[in-house]
Amino acid sequence: MPNLIKGKNNDWEIVIGLEIHAQVKSNSKLFSSSPTKFGSEPNSQVSLVDAAMPGMLPVLNEYCIKQAVKTGLGLNANINSYSVFDRKNYFYADLPQGYQISQYKYPIVGKGKVTIDFKDGSSKDIRIVRLHLEQDAGKSMHDQNPTKTYVDLNRSGVALMEIVSEPDLRSAEEAALYITKIRTILMYLDTCDGNMQEGSLRADVNISVREPGEDYGTRCEIKNLNSIKFIKQAIEYESKRQIQLIEEGGLIEQNTLLFNTQTGKTKPMRSKEEAHDYRYFPDPDLLPLELENIFIENIKNEIPELPDKRKKRYINNLQLSSYDASVLTAEKEVSDYFDLVLETHKELKVSAKLVANWITSELFSILKKNEISINNSPISADYLGQLVLLITTDKISGKIAKDVFEEMFNNKNSPNEIVEKKGLIQVSDTKEIEIIIDEILNNNKEKVSAYKSGKTKLLGFFVGQSMKLSQGKANPKILNELLLKKLS
Amino acid sequence: MEFLTIKETAKSIKNKKISINELSEIFIKRINQNLDLNAYIYFNEDNIHQQLSVHKNQDNLLNGIPLAIKDLFCTKSMPTTAASKILKDFKPTYESFVTQKLLNKGSIFLGKTNCDEFAMGSANTTSFFGNVINPLSSKDKPLVPGGSSGGSAAAVAAKLCLGATGTDTGGSIRQPASFCGIVGIKPTYGLCSRWGIVAFSSSLDQAGIFANNVDDSAILLQSIAGYDNQDSTSTDVKIPNYLESINTDMLGKVVGIPEEYNVKGIPEEVSIVWENAIKQLEDGGAKIKRLSLPHTKYALPTYYIIAPAEASSNLARYDGVKYGFRSENINSLDEMYEMTRREGFGKEVKRRVLIGTYVLSAGYYDAYYLKAQKVRKLITNDFMNAFKECDFILTPTAPSAAFPIGEKEDDPIKMYLNDVFTVPASLAGIPGISIPFGKSKEGLPLGVQILSKHFDEQTIFNAASYLEKNNA
Repeated sequence: MPNLIKGKNNDWEIVIGLEIHAQVKSNSKLFSSSPTKFGSEPNSQVSLVDAAMPGMLPVLNEYCIKQAVKTGLGLNANINSYSVFDRKNYFYADLPQGYQISQYKYPIVGKGKVTIDFKDGSSKDIRIVRLHLEQDAGKSMHDQNPTKTYVDLNRSGVALMEIVSEPDLRSAEEAALYITKIRTILMYLDTCDGNMQEGSLRADVNISVREPGEDYGTRCEIKNLNSIKFIKQAIEYESKRQIQLIEEGGLIEQNTLLFNTQTGKTKPMRSKEEAHDYRYFPDPDLLPLELENIFIENIKNEIPELPDKRKKRYINNLQLSSYDASVLTAEKEVSDYFDLVLETHKELKVSAKLVANWITSELFSILKKNEISINNSPISADYLGQLVLLITTDKISGKIAKDVFEEMFNNKNSPNEIVEKKGLIQVSDTKEIEIIIDEILNNNKEKVSAYKSGKTKLLGFFVGQSMKLSQGKANPKILNELLLKKLS
Repeated sequence: MEFLTIKETAKSIKNKKISINELSEIFIKRINQNLDLNAYIYFNEDNIHQQLSVHKNQDNLLNGIPLAIKDLFCTKSMPTTAASKILKDFKPTYESFVTQKLLNKGSIFLGKTNCDEFAMGSANTTSFFGNVINPLSSKDKPLVPGGSSGGSAAAVAAKLCLGATGTDTGGSIRQPASFCGIVGIKPTYGLCSRWGIVAFSSSLDQAGIFANNVDDSAILLQSIAGYDNQDSTSTDVKIPNYLESINTDMLGKVVGIPEEYNVKGIPEEVSIVWENAIKQLEDGGAKIKRLSLPHTKYALPTYYIIAPAEASSNLARYDGVKYGFRSENINSLDEMYEMTRREGFGKEVKRRVLIGTYVLSAGYYDAYYLKAQKVRKLITNDFMNAFKECDFILTPTAPSAAFPIGEKEDDPIKMYLNDVFTVPASLAGIPGISIPFGKSKEGLPLGVQILSKHFDEQTIFNAASYLEKNNA
């Protein structure tokens, strides 16, 4: 169903394409051996090459090439066995060479596609135009001194992958789903750490509007958005701005925009006269990159199970709903944890849904509350599995399980240990339960009469009281059955 | 003793006929007596004494040999200026691959030689540190030493060192060697690492050697050649012992003589020297093969598109931000770029940066840069085809002898024509040598150029050595 925006006279369609800049996960930079660690002392990770000292030459980092190829394969894309590094020439204080080494005409990765999934279970393919490698610039720091700008070159030369989509996205929501999906895939592949706060993943958004069925409108590019929230806000604002302008009889000028996160508005980055001519040409310091088939094949063998495949497995083999499967696979760590529970306790395969629920509700909420990542969860996959097993074998009730769960989180004890120590094993012995019921009924004779005369709502009261007396250990099913029998 | 050749001097050092310190003092004295040539940008006796004080003897021919280094090679112990104001106080913290190799052999660096600014020039008249005077000039008529490595050529010719490094992008070693009457070799592109050499045009720049004779040039090239993993365009090839492998037997060798090098307007004296060399080779039993390199006439325009294009990008790093000269007349970032580069670069550098920027611009790239790359391929193919028919090619090195300082300055095209015979080999990446072989009417040296296949420097040394020994 098309995502249309109501205008004054007619509906409008938003057309969006994304250029995602993903920092390659690697120990050293694209063309030098300097480390890439985030948050280091300014200018502490700068080699002679990164600082563009006279006579210094770039040498390609093979690991970054592997990471780019791996990413390309993960995006179902063609790997180009021939690619070329070009120089993109422009002056800026944090660009020491006066040019950025990038790939222009011959990128390392060609056409691909990713699938985005909607909440209602439907999905859509987004085509990828290309992925190319380039080096990052340094950072200008304008806030360190009232009259001076400082430059930090730690980031200068760090490898980036630019992933360019076709203009296949039609709403802010789709754009958010798309970048989330890309991020998930990169993290499964371990080719990018996906950390948007640290700038490891940023996006430029190309956006235009048109009346449905018409040709593409003139597009504007919003630069350098580093959170999904801002991407959505920027798209919402910019699409409305364009529609309003056209409806008022104006024309969209092709432009590069910046999004102000304070005001939520976009504004032009530079005027037309300042438009750059980057004078791309092949970097004569580097030879064309030629990849052998065996190199690509070897990387193919390293590709892990990716989210789409994993999701299918969950749906087909474990009978999870599409929604549950999506939630679990959205982050590799989560679905790895889930898989580990089922691997450690094979008998839980039939209760996969219950395991999934425990992870996505109880575990998620307690981890979030304590700001702990699932990798550092105090409750191991093994213990969580044990806990679910206690429930499925009727050893404890779901309610008691929640208390045990909390205890597990706080003290890192095994659920069996806790249940045993505290005597929490569920009572399923009918005689024992009968004794409890009799006591409750004896103590509440008036209510029993009331029940028998028609106030059947009181059943809940008897259940509650009996359960309380059993300290929650009574098997609720048996308790219910026995109560009904005794009250009839 | 005069100490004119590396081979002889090395013997004297080894036999303790002279100490390395004494030898250095001789050259220090000679340099001091010839300061007016302006061959050196950096010459500092203390620096030389410092080198001598820590010198460790090495068992090879370059041990203690005083050399001069073109001021385009980054050196740790001496400033590196590229003969430009924009780098006038630049002190590298690193040693270029090539100069490190020479230091490892135990040679002594007497100083950094003058050259054209960023190696852009053919007369050594674009240096921020002033022009170099050709040591063969008469007092009343100072001549250019050629360029861009004019200081190195002049220093070798005036015996102010026993050998020197140079760089050759379109003829910057071979042409000054011809003008100064010495030997100059530009090896195959990729034979010597470019790491630590201030870049002019990355796909053409190549380190090379000036020496007083062919043997010395073989010794020196042997020392600076070799693979470097810091330079992606460096090639890992086996390097023969050039000196010991020299074989001057020309019997049956086929010498290619390209008809296109018979350009109109070339002075008769240049043709005569060329013909004499041809005859000499014939006398040695070589066969002469007249052949065609049909795209030669496009070489110069092709070169003057590709080299400035690369230079315009390579020189972008000189922006006043990180090192080197920064203008003081600035109020904004844009002004810092504009004023720093306006004041820091000389006229010829600016001209080439502008040409290069133009040919790479949107809308012009295909017509200029892309076309030039295609023509470059054709020129390379010309040579490859020629080498199917001959062992090496013989041409004049330059269209004239050294000319007076100030001449051709008003007309860049005339200046660029100096490189007409040297540029094609640069574009093809093949090696070339210039050796002195005769004189002009005015008694000035004229060189001939020998070209061979990629990485076949040995053939060049063989033929050059033969002509050197049989130079009437």
